[in-house]
Amino acid sequence: MNIVVCVKQTPDTAATVTVQDGKVSWGDAPLVLNPWDEFAVEQALRTKEAHGGKVTALSLGAEGAKEALKQAVAMGCDEAILISDPGFAAADSLVASAALAAALAKLGEVDLAFFGRQAVDSDTGLTGAQVARRMGWPSLSLVAAVSAVDPAAKTIDVERMLEEGRQQVRSRLPAAVSVVKELNEPRYPSFMGIRKASKAVIPVWSSADLGMAAIPKAALTWPEVLGLPKVDSKCEIIEGDTTEAVAEKLVARLLEEKVL
Amino acid sequence: MAGHVLVYIDQFQGRAVPSSWEAVGAARTLAQTLGGQVTALVAGADGSALATEAIQHGADRALVADDPGLAEYRAEPFASTVAKMARQADAAVLLFPTTGRTRELAGMVAVDLETGVTPDVIALEAKDGGVVATRPIYAGKLMTKETCPGRLHILTLRARAFPKPEPSAGRTGAVEKVPAEVGSPGTEVLGYKAAESGVSLTDAGTIVSGGRGVSNNPKLTPPPEITDDKQKEVWRAQQGFALVRELASVLGAAVGASRAAVDAGYIPYAHQVGQTGKVVSPDLYIACGISGAIQHLAGMRTSKTIVAINKDSEAPIFRMARFGIVGDLFEVVPALTKAFKARLGR
Repeated sequence: MNIVVCVKQTPDTAATVTVQDGKVSWGDAPLVLNPWDEFAVEQALRTKEAHGGKVTALSLGAEGAKEALKQAVAMGCDEAILISDPGFAAADSLVASAALAAALAKLGEVDLAFFGRQAVDSDTGLTGAQVARRMGWPSLSLVAAVSAVDPAAKTIDVERMLEEGRQQVRSRLPAAVSVVKELNEPRYPSFMGIRKASKAVIPVWSSADLGMAAIPKAALTWPEVLGLPKVDSKCEIIEGDTTEAVAEKLVARLLEEKVL
Repeated sequence: MAGHVLVYIDQFQGRAVPSSWEAVGAARTLAQTLGGQVTALVAGADGSALATEAIQHGADRALVADDPGLAEYRAEPFASTVAKMARQADAAVLLFPTTGRTRELAGMVAVDLETGVTPDVIALEAKDGGVVATRPIYAGKLMTKETCPGRLHILTLRARAFPKPEPSAGRTGAVEKVPAEVGSPGTEVLGYKAAESGVSLTDAGTIVSGGRGVSNNPKLTPPPEITDDKQKEVWRAQQGFALVRELASVLGAAVGASRAAVDAGYIPYAHQVGQTGKVVSPDLYIACGISGAIQHLAGMRTSKTIVAINKDSEAPIFRMARFGIVGDLFEVVPALTKAFKARLGR
């Protein structure tokens, strides 16, 4: 099977993120492979291990995003490609999905594309579905389990985590699958994998390489990024002689403040 | 691009999700400022009742696409149908309530209409005939304002961020049937497994959550047949979560958990609140034995009132909380359950 996993480089989730001069800053916190995408990489690798084929990791970002792709290669991806072009610097999800779809088209007969549920920086959670729409493929989002893949019949069975319960869906291939964390336990890169990644040559595709005559204009503008208002951090510690007294006092305070 | 507002009614098997009505309320407020009308978009097997409800909650009229092919939610036919309805209405804004379904739906409709989506919006203002939408980024560590100049702006509104209007039985409006656009979807719904979380966390008014601390009750002795240390820990945690559940049940609350508790195998992932779980904003959030890692705080910081119960008075959760109890959750939580029962008469 020809499998693609789309990944993004993001600041570590433990980073302290602030706004400085209207721009987002995460200080010297490390940039990592988006945590949700680790589950997508793992599922892509498991699919290949079960059914054969190859896994290509694909990312849209600046030159530095090669580090996230190397992480994917270290985990076991066969190849990696970076889409990078100054024209994508102001991309919104509409433009990003156009670039990723163009890259999937260039890669040829892709059977399955995996995505993480969302990126922990922009938090849109739109990319998988938008790429699927551009490719004319079914979009399978919030996938918590892949029950079966049948390369001969060209189908995949998944469980999607909806609020009301798990929806069990059979889809034709090719399809775009966007995954949540319960799906699997991402592997750590092996020693051999890390060596392979350190030597990996990662091609960079520009918009011209993707055959995009003109980069579409982003639909969204971001007039302002704001830090959070300082939370009034005054915590009222409830005390009393006995646990019962403390409990009753808290309930009384919640009723007083009309929380209940 | 008159100042008309479209609002999609998200439903599961014929019943609207509660946040659909919050979206209708937000649409009503926007339309008043923009000087347009509110049109509810309903897609499903039989949407007449939902159309009536939408009008009672504040829509001026409704477009209804009924088709057997829309009986079960599938992204492709719903997206095509909603995009078609949006094309025929000349609107400035299309609102969705944020749910698992609508995030992908909004994204796909945006591709069909070549326009922008702002997901998980928590505040809206009308400006220059369109909207400025505020949404959290970096898991709520920052906020961004977004606009979509000159195009239909698609937004999904975070549950419980906008007030739910009271329905008025006397309100009437036109209900227009429109053809669906089902095509030949590549997917087939095989069935459903029941939800693991009982009460939907994102719609819950009260949430009681447990963390790693729920497994630390030294007074409990696991039954002798459990010999494995990890199994003993999980058994202890399950006893701890039983206390959390009892409190939740008295309050009619949903049960949440920290990532630490989920990763340790104490409770399924469907309960996880935080950056890699669900983002919630209940009126009351009670954190039991949760220290308050930055990733957890990201998922619950917009709760109106936070109560923290932790034995470590230095735990970061207290910096976010309105009320705190420093103590042993295995004593405090049952005492709270008892006190709420007595005061609420339940």
